[in-house]
Amino acid sequence: MSLLSKTAAELADLLAAGETTSVALTQAYLDRIAEVDTHLHAFLHVDAEGALAQAAASDARRAAGELLSPLDGVPIAVKDVLATSGLPTTCGSKILEGWIPPYDATVVARLKAAGLPILGKTNMDEFAMGSSTEHSAYGPTRNPWDTDRIPGGSGGGSAAAIAASEAPLAIGTDTGGSIRQPGAVTGTVGVKPTYGGISRYGLVAMANSLDQAGPVTRSVLDAALLHEVIGGHDPKDSTSIDQPLPALVAAARQGASGDLTGVRIGVISELRGEGYQPGVEQRFDEAVALLTQAGAEVVEVSCPSFTHALAAYYLIMPSEASSNLARFDAMRYGLRVLPDGVADPSAEEVMRATRDAGFGDEVKRRIILGTYALSSGYYDAYYGQAQKVRTLISRDFEAAFAKADVLVSPTAPTTAFKIGEKLDDPLAMYLNDVATIPANLAGVPGISVPAGLAPEDGLPVGFQVLAPALADDRLYRVGAALEALLEKQWGGSLLSQVPEVTA
Amino acid sequence: MTETLLSFEDALAQFDPAMGLEVHVELNTNTKMFCGCPTEFGAEPNTQVCPTCLGLPGSMPVVNRTAVESAIRIGLALNCQIAEWCRFARKNYFYPDMPKNFQTSQYDEPIAFDGWTEVEVDGETFRIEIERAHMEEDTGKSTHVGTTGRIHGADYSLVDYNRAGIPLIEIVTKPITGTREQAPAVARAYVAALRDILLGLGVSDVRMEQGSLRCDVNLSLAPAGSGTLGTRTETKNVNSLRSVERAARYEISRQAALLAAGSTVTQETRHWHEDTGVTTSGREKSDAEDYRYFPEPDLVPVAPSREWVEELRAALPEPPREKRARLQAEWGYSDLEMRDVVAAGAIPQIEETIAAGTTAQAARKWWMSELARRANEQGVELAELPVTPAQVAAIQALVDAGEINDKLARQVFDGVLAGEGSPEEVVKARGLAVVSDEGALSEAVDRAIAANPDVAEKIRDGKVAAAGALIGAVMKDMRGQADAGRVRELILEKLA
Ligand SMILES: [Zn+2]
Repeated sequence: MSLLSKTAAELADLLAAGETTSVALTQAYLDRIAEVDTHLHAFLHVDAEGALAQAAASDARRAAGELLSPLDGVPIAVKDVLATSGLPTTCGSKILEGWIPPYDATVVARLKAAGLPILGKTNMDEFAMGSSTEHSAYGPTRNPWDTDRIPGGSGGGSAAAIAASEAPLAIGTDTGGSIRQPGAVTGTVGVKPTYGGISRYGLVAMANSLDQAGPVTRSVLDAALLHEVIGGHDPKDSTSIDQPLPALVAAARQGASGDLTGVRIGVISELRGEGYQPGVEQRFDEAVALLTQAGAEVVEVSCPSFTHALAAYYLIMPSEASSNLARFDAMRYGLRVLPDGVADPSAEEVMRATRDAGFGDEVKRRIILGTYALSSGYYDAYYGQAQKVRTLISRDFEAAFAKADVLVSPTAPTTAFKIGEKLDDPLAMYLNDVATIPANLAGVPGISVPAGLAPEDGLPVGFQVLAPALADDRLYRVGAALEALLEKQWGGSLLSQVPEVTA
Repeated sequence: MTETLLSFEDALAQFDPAMGLEVHVELNTNTKMFCGCPTEFGAEPNTQVCPTCLGLPGSMPVVNRTAVESAIRIGLALNCQIAEWCRFARKNYFYPDMPKNFQTSQYDEPIAFDGWTEVEVDGETFRIEIERAHMEEDTGKSTHVGTTGRIHGADYSLVDYNRAGIPLIEIVTKPITGTREQAPAVARAYVAALRDILLGLGVSDVRMEQGSLRCDVNLSLAPAGSGTLGTRTETKNVNSLRSVERAARYEISRQAALLAAGSTVTQETRHWHEDTGVTTSGREKSDAEDYRYFPEPDLVPVAPSREWVEELRAALPEPPREKRARLQAEWGYSDLEMRDVVAAGAIPQIEETIAAGTTAQAARKWWMSELARRANEQGVELAELPVTPAQVAAIQALVDAGEINDKLARQVFDGVLAGEGSPEEVVKARGLAVVSDEGALSEAVDRAIAANPDVAEKIRDGKVAAAGALIGAVMKDMRGQADAGRVRELILEKLA
């Protein structure tokens, strides 16, 4: 268990010191997955053979002194929404059951090029639509802190895998909070980079203008290390930013000193109060106080348009999703269902039967919403208005960033809720992303850092830091400072308090 | 289901036609609109595909810069404004040959708009206003196997995605009115003019029979002189110049019959049938298909710099109409000769042949007679014959030098077309050179005179016209390899 409680940076040091090998590490994580994942269901596919082969290759490179990156040999789990050549990619949906992509997503290709063995693919809400991972067609993932509770979503699999030490690193994707909210409710670190900072090529799109892949890790430094591996311009993604990443690892190391002198921190007044659990607010306030003690200058900022963010998000996201998901028509790949009682079904009938059987309720709900919002006669009132709100939110961010270097809020309004609790109340579920969505709409980066356990339920609370587009380094500096100050208080990482996983 | 038709003359007496022409042009870029797949025509099905043009989950498009350049050049050649900033949009509809079930196209922000071009019919010039030229991607190609040939009632369907993602430019005219009885001819002349412009730009193969240029004819009728627009139909699949004219003519007669009988025209898509020369009803458009257009979020806006646009404008080729007029004057061809040359698509060949040193008349002679005949026999375009303008010029140079005559030249063409090498090599290998050995020629003339004493007698008596029979005999004796002029001189000398 000692290896498994280490951060990726520590594991990289152990590998460098020759105290362990990539094969030994990878095997340790595979054993851990075998031990606990029947209870947690963080993984949809485990590729033991592939991971061990990549690990052996890493050890050989190390012996030859030809390392590919600082994380060479450290294993990783990948959310099942990224295409992996030769490995199933289902997006948590029945409609893609059995599909094996013929190509790697750029993020995956970069992981391979950096020498990280890929342990497997992690569970998620179907097509990343959800905040609990309960919408996975393959069954929910459980929160290692309390297996009756959700691990957040849509990337609950990646977050739970990190929290339960099934992997030292994971990749998530964040369209409205799917990296940060699971990070918050599992006590892990999750980063949504600047839109365009990480290639989306091979990321099966939910909402192309919002989606962004990013690191899910045990520590802020790990996230920075991983971000530098997967980030940067990709000619295959026209929306990827053609300029070098800021120095993220350096910013994380600087922040870890705990000194934030001269940093201006804006507390967003709209992301407080009603709907926020008292214990969440308490831990948030304590964290802000700590940052003040570290030398930061804290100001209150108002972003009035944020109150419309959720509404705008639930028009833009389903609009794009309804179009993206049209390709699942049983013609070329994935599920094909023949309609019952039809002797000689037409292409349309097969399409209809397949989509009916292959998509879950939440996916169908969003396809219907999006199709409606884009329909002629409604477009201006819905999609058009939502785009205007999006502009207003960007302006709010601009104004706020004129007053503060970073903005902060609780990542999620509550701690992890019970499995099944909000399944029949989509609106209540959607509200869990109220604090994370504005960053996606504006394309700015955000991080969720563990802020402790809520006193009332003993469950993790997340602290969100947002920075201007392209200034991802600020997330790492402030995040690492908060992490260092809190871990000093706690006498170790929050994850060291995760209870042993039992059925 | 035979439609009632009104004669074209009667139709025009009562109604004014208005047309809108939508032309889809496949660009001849090396790679597709949004991926790096090759675009070559005729490859094995589904061999020129990748995750992006197959619409695999996670794949993303990247705009082909050459396609954008071609689109701008087309826009400029059609006197259009070029957008400073424009986006692609998604046109959402389900169809099995659409890999993503949406087409990445341009919607309300075309790259080029508000242009015009002019066409000439029977000496009258018509100005055609261009509404827009926009970029989009082609779909896959479905083949419905079964008796109907349509998706409904097919036993099964095959889809070839090689065509999916080929760059297309759609060029849309504003309503063309006031053309009256010339409407069908104007439609044809416009598509022909467009074809020439595109050919001149070198941006497309513009082969209508291969589908690289496809035309939809929108047509409506309004009471003559009313100045209004009636309900239109959109006739698809019109894939030859002749068909454009015939389809327009047919729709005028068909719609006129409906309206004259007090009925109405249904707004619908119609299919053109090349074989029977009629249009038949396709889908009704009354439910106004809702394509749910929205800006393509996977692509960034296209914002061509003004410097680039001006560079492209400056490098545009001479417009075909002006070029044709200039060449006709330079070459001294009659209107009829020029029309034939244009119809045969022989301008580039003749131009290059002349540039290689041949006279305009000689160049026209070879390309429009000898080579046009051979192309016709083989069912290929002139440009596809395995002979270059430089070779034609070389053959004519051999004729001019007296080394071969026209008859031998035809045999040289045989050799060149058969791949036997350059004209000089063919002459040498086939032993085709005119015999300039005066001794051998003189002996052949003597033999001919001896063999035809009565003819020789007539010539001696001053009936010079009879020399032809002796020339023929000598040419036969020399197996054609003699200069007929010199033979005639020798005969007349010897029989003086
Ligand atoms: Zn392709």
